[in-house]
Amino acid sequence: MKFGVIRFPGSCDDVDALRAAERVGDAVMLWHRDRDLQGVDAVIVPGGFSYGDYLRAGAIARFAPVMEEVIEFARDGGLVLGICNGFQVLCEAGLLPGALLRNTSLRFVFRQVALDVADHDTAFTRSCPERLSIPVKHTTGRYYTPEPVHVVLRYAPGENPNGSQDDIAGVVNETGNVFGLMPHPEHAVDPLTGSTDGLRIFESIKAHVGDLVKA
Amino acid sequence: MRARILVRPKAGILDPQGQAVERALPALGFTGASHVHVGRLIELDVEDPADLPSMCERLLVNPLIEDYEIIEAIPAEGVPTV
Repeated sequence: MKFGVIRFPGSCDDVDALRAAERVGDAVMLWHRDRDLQGVDAVIVPGGFSYGDYLRAGAIARFAPVMEEVIEFARDGGLVLGICNGFQVLCEAGLLPGALLRNTSLRFVFRQVALDVADHDTAFTRSCPERLSIPVKHTTGRYYTPEPVHVVLRYAPGENPNGSQDDIAGVVNETGNVFGLMPHPEHAVDPLTGSTDGLRIFESIKAHVGDLVKA
Repeated sequence: MRARILVRPKAGILDPQGQAVERALPALGFTGASHVHVGRLIELDVEDPADLPSMCERLLVNPLIEDYEIIEAIPAEGVPTV
């Protein structure tokens, strides 16, 4: 199983995402100007401040050459995981419904949060327990959608760090192959930092890809 | 053409920036200000103003969360640029 992690100018969680992916499989870094996804099984759009977050978070990154390939990859059913800024990019690209707005508090939040897995029957959560402990760190994480969405992760009661609609922390698209979430599973893969729950998401992807290969 | 595009948070979506400003004004003695909203001004020279709506829909604005208004489209000639 091979992950590809996209590096935009301004990405900052790309290396952590690569290291996390390497714990469950192979992983390569993909440059934003690349048009070759190098045959990866899953694409990770990492956190950070792609293109400086100018205009709106994710608004410029969605037009990067590599994103054209990612959009096509997703349309063909490829697995795409967007974390934090990556979630914002996927929403701006129209691969996921909704948008991310400034936190209600207008403050940067950085803390461990408890997440309830609302749906275990997805490619991204099949190996997850009922509840995950994973950090968030963002200023623009208040999810908003005017239409019904497929919710995969919710902030546990009382844990919503940003005013997100219906406590939504992560959603998948209609076909279930594109997943975006504000919390950072790549920062929760080593006991040193308090939780390894983030690994469950990478393991879910690996298990799903493994089943596809067997099928 | 010189154009100005006003971008506003869509009505009905919580605007914490507007709320924060609204709460700050009375602290300076300005009572009586309400319905404060904070948006963005995008200013540009454009050869064909007919392109503006498409520019807005595709990049300058996220229509899901923002409304826009093209408030001015005047000849660039003789207009001081900031």
